[in-house]
Amino acid sequence: MDRVPKFRPGFRFQWEPAQDCYVLLYPEGMVRLNGSAGAILAEVDGDRSVAEIVHRLEQRFPEAGSLAEDVAGFLRDAEAQHWVALS
Amino acid sequence: MTPAARNQPTIGPPLWLLAELTYRCPLQCPYCSNPLDYAQQEQELTTEQWLRVLRQGREMGAAQLGFSGGEPLVRQDLPDLIAEARQLGYYSNLITSGLGLTEAKVAQFRDAGLDHIQVSFQASDPELNNAVAGSRKAFEQKLAMARAVKAAGYPMVLNFVIHRHNIHQMPDIIDLCRRLEADYVELATCQYYGWAFHNREGLMPSRQQLATAEQQVNEQRQRLAAAGSAIKLIFVTPDYYEERPKACMNGWGSLFLTVAPDGTALPCHSARLLPIDFPNVRDESLRQIWYDSPGFNHYRGDSWMPEPCRSCDEKGKDFGGCRCQAYLLTGNADNADPVCDKSPHHDRILAARRAADHASAGLESLTYRNTSNSRLFYRSG
Repeated sequence: MDRVPKFRPGFRFQWEPAQDCYVLLYPEGMVRLNGSAGAILAEVDGDRSVAEIVHRLEQRFPEAGSLAEDVAGFLRDAEAQHWVALS
Repeated sequence: MTPAARNQPTIGPPLWLLAELTYRCPLQCPYCSNPLDYAQQEQELTTEQWLRVLRQGREMGAAQLGFSGGEPLVRQDLPDLIAEARQLGYYSNLITSGLGLTEAKVAQFRDAGLDHIQVSFQASDPELNNAVAGSRKAFEQKLAMARAVKAAGYPMVLNFVIHRHNIHQMPDIIDLCRRLEADYVELATCQYYGWAFHNREGLMPSRQQLATAEQQVNEQRQRLAAAGSAIKLIFVTPDYYEERPKACMNGWGSLFLTVAPDGTALPCHSARLLPIDFPNVRDESLRQIWYDSPGFNHYRGDSWMPEPCRSCDEKGKDFGGCRCQAYLLTGNADNADPVCDKSPHHDRILAARRAADHASAGLESLTYRNTSNSRLFYRSG
């Protein structure tokens, strides 16, 4: 939970109005992100730890309860996909 | 809305814009996907016209932008186009041979906001590389530029077009990519359009060559994974050895919009060879072109399909395959892609496979892509 996620070089995360969603862009490719994936990656700034991201999201979505497991799990998947590096 | 568009399902935005900035190129690769008669198209769009295309595409929702050609570095206004692309929010990709690139340009483009540079190679050694490219100094320059791209912090994507003259180098090619610290490697078996279609007999690998190469790629994948390498090897198998066609461009006029050097707008970079009147960005906005032009609506939906596609339960998956391939192999772009074994023209694919089993001609038998050869095509065409 102390690890800090950061987008890997060549990956760009941004909001796309035409698609009404966040996307992750990389060399000649694009992943469309669903609402929760977009909300988590929007907190990744290369500075915040996983714990801080969880805390911020729990404050933003108090009705969702504990998010630690979901957020950490998603970021591990994102690491396995090489979207982010956790340091 | 045109009558053609009224019958169509909802048309989504063109998420992918390919800007073919020029047909000029210092290399002569005999599998080039540019049209055979490219030398006839001499009037390139101006900087201002390209900037307008970029703005209009982004307004419509395009997110991925490719700068391609020919060799896009030939265009002196490339830094301006890159800067505008970044400012508009595109993810921009430069597809280059590496010739004409310098360390200073690599840095200048990065500062202007370019996201990615893809460098193409023709082989894993200088002799074969330069023979295929028709350039004596190409390989050393490519190596130097691949290193410069990596050093400047770009994601490293290397592209190799694979054919019967370099397919045996697969392990060496992958080893070269590992040494250059590539992040992605495209091992793209030649597809037969443009110059590659003309040279097909001299380029197409045999099934045995292909099977060996595929096995080698899989072995190298395992080795790389075991060594903790993050290199992604993307092996593109050739249509001619499939039994079902590809979902070409994810469907006609569905995601991709190509603008050719003279401003002709196309649903893919090969479609220029079709007997269809395609619109030009000099005359119409990209929005009109994408949603309303007869050219872009021509093969949307499935009401145009003849049999066997019309009654096929896979038509929603592969859209009948590739229109250009249907045209090149049957003379009628409406037909099912002959790659499909349901096509009455599938025997033409089988004949090409048989020919590949017995081909023996060397590189010298290929027609190289250059302006004097191109002129022969449009004078005789």
